[in-house]
Amino acid sequence: MAKKYYDPAGLGKFGNIAEFQKPMADKFFAYYGEVFKEGALTAREKSLIALAVAHGVQCPYCIDAYSTDALEKGCSEAQMMEAVHVAAAMRGGATLVHATQMMDHVKDLTGA
Amino acid sequence: MKSLLAQHALLSAPSEQRLVLEDPGSALPFFADKLAESGLPVLHATNLEVLQLNLGRMCNQTCTHCHVDAGPDRKERMSREVMEDCLRALDAHPVHTVDLTGGAPEMHPDFRWFVEQLNEKGCHIIVRCNLTIIRANKKYYDLPEFYRKHKMEVVSSLPFYTADRTDRQRGKGVFEHSIEALKMLNAVGYGLPDSELELNLVYNPAGAFLPGSQDELEKQFKKSLMADHGIQFHKLFAITNLPISRFLEYLVRSEHYAEYMERLVNAFNPAAVQGVMCRNMISVSHDGSIYDCDFNQMLELPLSAGMPHHIRDLAKSNVAGRAIVTGRHCYGCTAGAGSSCGGTVA
Ligand code: SF4
Ligand code: SF4
Repeated sequence: MAKKYYDPAGLGKFGNIAEFQKPMADKFFAYYGEVFKEGALTAREKSLIALAVAHGVQCPYCIDAYSTDALEKGCSEAQMMEAVHVAAAMRGGATLVHATQMMDHVKDLTGA
Repeated sequence: MKSLLAQHALLSAPSEQRLVLEDPGSALPFFADKLAESGLPVLHATNLEVLQLNLGRMCNQTCTHCHVDAGPDRKERMSREVMEDCLRALDAHPVHTVDLTGGAPEMHPDFRWFVEQLNEKGCHIIVRCNLTIIRANKKYYDLPEFYRKHKMEVVSSLPFYTADRTDRQRGKGVFEHSIEALKMLNAVGYGLPDSELELNLVYNPAGAFLPGSQDELEKQFKKSLMADHGIQFHKLFAITNLPISRFLEYLVRSEHYAEYMERLVNAFNPAAVQGVMCRNMISVSHDGSIYDCDFNQMLELPLSAGMPHHIRDLAKSNVAGRAIVTGRHCYGCTAGAGSSCGGTVA
């Protein structure tokens, strides 16, 4: 076995998760396929959302897969980077908004 | 940038390219086996309807992914004699379309003479114009007018609707000059909504990935080129890069070859096989040799046994129904929605 946590070849083996639990994997992949189909959102819009989420969840497999996918869907570099900024802003905002809790707690303890 | 030939690169030789593609040690299935496994017969030609003529390898650009290995350092070009052989072949076969390619076909000194001859024969003429040639020198500024006069269809590569990605593939400043050329084409009536002067663009991915939906890409190109530059065109053809010449060399050098080929094989679409462009065409090299398609020409894979090898012999031969010579490069034509000089096929 490779002595590393992430092996680029792992992405191509994604389907193999069925080896240990087939019914759930089958349901997951069917669902996954359905989600990414053209719907109320275009396949291109979904690709950019997936690229942003890939960065949000920091999955190197998903980052590779959806960078390629976004290129194939005709997204520009600027569009891809803006999608990542959305993820970054969300993560930053989600961290910072918790500061209100810290502030309330501090004020409560110090009687301010 | 120099051509692979001028760099004396190993992969400038078609025989070396064939060795990489047809490596028996590779895990990739042979194309013929894939057809058989999918229950499809060996690929055969239908009637000859299109002649694609490669007027030479000279080009004002040196795009990184050029499958012709064209560039300013390439001097090969079609002789008058071979052009006349082509005209004779047109008299003998019911060819409705002549597709002029290169290099930059307009750089051939006999280009205009040849187009006039073709025009007299009444066939539909396509010119694969790289756009920047129109702006390359004053002597080419009147090309849009020349195309218009001869009712030629203009098919032009524009890898992307932004400057950075286009210039990375085709060279610095190419996007800007291409936009100027497109405006000149629009100005004489090319690409306008109800105009019969057809202006179609070719999109090919700027790297080791496949083209997405042709319709979606066309929408994006139309929207961006109109909003940013006021440019109009008719159709967008999404073409897959075939692993040949400079694109093959890039794939091998950047270690993307195996991954790219795997993507092509995984995307094999049996429904795309019937529409591949070699079925109704013959491709002619600058030296008069003939092939099933431009890609086979670059790999120097001649027509199947018993078929003529030179355009001078085409007039007296029947090439309809011939078996087409295929190889692993053909996966590029059959991946996803398929790919041809006219875009997707399935
Ligand atoms: S891709 Fe076309 S424009 Fe670019 S170098 Fe090759 S022949 Fe010339
Ligand atoms: S490369 Fe494409 S066009 Fe050429 S022989 Fe193969 S399938 Fe036909």
